[in-house]
Amino acid sequence: MIISVASGKGGTGKTLVATSLAYTLGKTGAVQLLDCDVEEPNDHIFMKPSITSREEICITIPQLKEDRCTHCGKCAEVCAYNAIAVLSERVLIFPELCHGCGACIYLCPEKALEEGKKKIGVVESGSSDGIRFTHGRLAIGEMMSPAVIKAVKTRATNDGAVIIDVPPGTSCPVVEAIRGSDFCLLVTEPTPFGLNDLALAVETARILDIPCGVVLNRAGVGNEGVKEYCQKENIPILLTIPLEMEIARLYSRGITLAEGEPQWQSEFAALFNKIEEMVHERNRRTER
Amino acid sequence: MKEIVVLSGKGGTGKTSIVGSFAVLSQRKVLADCDVDAADLHLLLNPKVKERHEFWSGQVAFIDSERCTQCGLCQDMCHAAAITDFKVDTISCEGCGLCYHLCPADAIIMKDRLSGHWFISDTRYGQLVHARLGIAQENSGKLVALVRQQARQIAEKNGLDCIISDGPPGIGCPVISSLSGANLALLVTEPTLSGMHDLDRIVSVCRHFGVPAMVCINKYDINESNTRQIEDYCGANKIDVVSRIPFDNTVTEALVHGLPVVEYSDGRVSQAINSLWQRISQGYDNMNR
Repeated sequence: MIISVASGKGGTGKTLVATSLAYTLGKTGAVQLLDCDVEEPNDHIFMKPSITSREEICITIPQLKEDRCTHCGKCAEVCAYNAIAVLSERVLIFPELCHGCGACIYLCPEKALEEGKKKIGVVESGSSDGIRFTHGRLAIGEMMSPAVIKAVKTRATNDGAVIIDVPPGTSCPVVEAIRGSDFCLLVTEPTPFGLNDLALAVETARILDIPCGVVLNRAGVGNEGVKEYCQKENIPILLTIPLEMEIARLYSRGITLAEGEPQWQSEFAALFNKIEEMVHERNRRTER
Repeated sequence: MKEIVVLSGKGGTGKTSIVGSFAVLSQRKVLADCDVDAADLHLLLNPKVKERHEFWSGQVAFIDSERCTQCGLCQDMCHAAAITDFKVDTISCEGCGLCYHLCPADAIIMKDRLSGHWFISDTRYGQLVHARLGIAQENSGKLVALVRQQARQIAEKNGLDCIISDGPPGIGCPVISSLSGANLALLVTEPTLSGMHDLDRIVSVCRHFGVPAMVCINKYDINESNTRQIEDYCGANKIDVVSRIPFDNTVTEALVHGLPVVEYSDGRVSQAINSLWQRISQGYDNMNR
């Protein structure tokens, strides 16, 4: 069972929900937490894992063998990302624009380009109180976060629940993170910003045909817009977390809710059970 | 002309609420919403859209099943693993065109991709350039670059002094596109360990691209010992902490009313944002000297 925790808008409580869910499930069974917010990974602050493996993540970029190059310009012509310019006697390669597709390498008639590597980040794994943990970190100044996210996801195992902490937004990094999930848990807040971005996140999940449910965080301020939207769209609100200074303070100190206020563990366990039921129900329907 | 971009690394620290208030406080400017993934500034500025444009970016592969001989070369070679059963998954396809070039049966067609829309709008506070990247699309960085370019053109044409941009969260492609070449980055953080961790990452990005940064600590009273640590960090890194904004539900109330907080209330948050804007405009003038 793979559950991704997403939101559209940043700062709504994805990390709190992902870490509390993992913390709770870790008390009774096998669970793995994958932090795919590789631009700003924060789960490690709450889980304090001991890291046991570390791997550099590279993308394939072209490397020129000057002696073979005839400056024919084919590589620049086929590059869809304008990452190569061929001058009369020089070839300029711009690694920060390269997507690593390999078109230039395969299509060079002189075989003058070979596969080189460019480091774009790292993936680290370890564990915290029996909870298996992996996160990725995009290197400063790099753009290709989806490649690091993909690498984090290769660490997923089939054993128990997998919780994925997703980056904010609705574009390629989010798609890379939530693709293949059984369920998408969308964390939002009862404000017009929260509602606007929730609707975008719901669209993203629907494009990928992933069922979703909502966690309403900081309940008690704002307005009823999110609740009305969820009712209209037939999306269940699976958990409500109130706006409380104490919860915010715990978070500020890097303590997840289920750890700092253990009475919340039953709420997160119930959340997981509801998700499991929804996923099984959906699987039964598709089998029929 | 000066270009100020508001960033944070961590999402939800208050970038948009602050930019919305700057819209009220500043004169002779253009506003740009560079969070094209999940744009929210329009919810505070109530824009009247004057111009709506399509954003065509990149391509996507299609397989002509009549010509396809099912040799499987495209599936084997696609680095995005976007082709299965001789069909292209348009969400996975990155438009590199390798399959198009390799197909021995010329069965692959590359089509331009409509990736989103961008807008020029009037607001009560001046013109706003904003955009909507299509759901699950790529090239957010290119759309951000386009938004900034349009904002610059408007500023130049109308002889305006300043562009104020609301940036996206994170440190990746759209952030780099929002930041590179800007004159000043205002980094909005919060006194949480996550906020502090993410501040350090975005500070490194600003340094990497040579953009001077200032820091504003929002909701500073949630954890005052963390606030002091942020101030120490900034001191050690020679970054000005230009404001401490208290936590106050007025910000959410203003948002529910669709108003920038400085227009909705003259309470302590509004006072803090007011003096923040004074500091930024002064700091900017000093920087130019």
